[in-house]
Amino acid sequence: MLDVKAGDEQSFALLLHRYRSPLVNFLYRMVRNREQAEDLAQEVFLRVYRAREEYVPSAKFTTWLFRIATNLALNSVRDNRYQRMEISLDAPVTVDAEDGEEKMLDVAEKHPNIEQHLVEDARRKMIRRAIDKLPEKQRAAVLLHKYQELDYGEISKILNCSESALKSLLFRAYEALRVELAPLVAQHGKVG
Amino acid sequence: MSCSRMESKILGFVDGRLKEGERLEMEKHLSACAACQLRVNQFRAVNSLLDELPMIEPSLAFDVRVQARVAAEPVKQSWWAWFTPSPRVALAASMLLLATVWLGSRPPDSPLSADDIENINQNMPVLENYDVISDFGPLSELPQPVQAEDNNDANQNQNQIQN
Repeated sequence: MLDVKAGDEQSFALLLHRYRSPLVNFLYRMVRNREQAEDLAQEVFLRVYRAREEYVPSAKFTTWLFRIATNLALNSVRDNRYQRMEISLDAPVTVDAEDGEEKMLDVAEKHPNIEQHLVEDARRKMIRRAIDKLPEKQRAAVLLHKYQELDYGEISKILNCSESALKSLLFRAYEALRVELAPLVAQHGKVG
Repeated sequence: MSCSRMESKILGFVDGRLKEGERLEMEKHLSACAACQLRVNQFRAVNSLLDELPMIEPSLAFDVRVQARVAAEPVKQSWWAWFTPSPRVALAASMLLLATVWLGSRPPDSPLSADDIENINQNMPVLENYDVISDFGPLSELPQPVQAEDNNDANQNQNQIQN
């Protein structure tokens, strides 16, 4: 990032290459819409570029990056929630296009057995819905902890809370997931 | 360790982020508490289930879109940049400075050659006489030379004087 600050355009391209996938995945799991996740990720990179001259390496670059991403995602989730409330409640229920996309990408080739395919697809949907049901801040904490593997110190800076508050937040999130995923957790216990 | 104190450490224990002392303390508690042992197993199961979600790849156009948006950003110049000369201005200024130094170091141009100066030195007495004569006061008191048409009148006057 310091090279980007010094005006090295190639270093920005390297940053983009290094962080685009983690960012898009984090944002996708936060907002549950691929197109919106990519738009938000673009916005994150643009903000990084705009702020390059003021950048001070007082914290890890990933902390700064995911703090921008988390703030954008939380705002977007809140905006979407209000938009959804405005949509008529009797709108027809449609199949989630994002589910279909993931199915095609990851499952079809690996599992030729259709029954197994359907079971795994149902498991994934259940896990996704359990994550979606978490309050936004808990969801962000779980995603940063589980998928970005950031330490407690970094996550607490990103979410602007103390480490003990973060631990409590994560415990409540895992408790909610444990309850929501109880059938799968029980299966897992039997298999384990 | 009480069960309530487990709350802040159970996740760290599950994902292996506890310090050695805390981990040993947890293990000691878990060996004596079936409820907490069950909770740990369930959290491990949740952790494992979360691994099942697939990753997605950003679209192929993602990088291009970001680069295009970055390229469209206006170039921001601070007031301090006003003091920073452009390369063209810096080149012109340095050329001007070099020209000034070169001209200043040259010997002054003289319109006279060495031969001319030698010639002047040799003819110096004559020139000095010329300076004296050209500024000789009594000569200025002489009457102005008369015109050719007046010559007849002058001759007549002379004749009258002689007569």
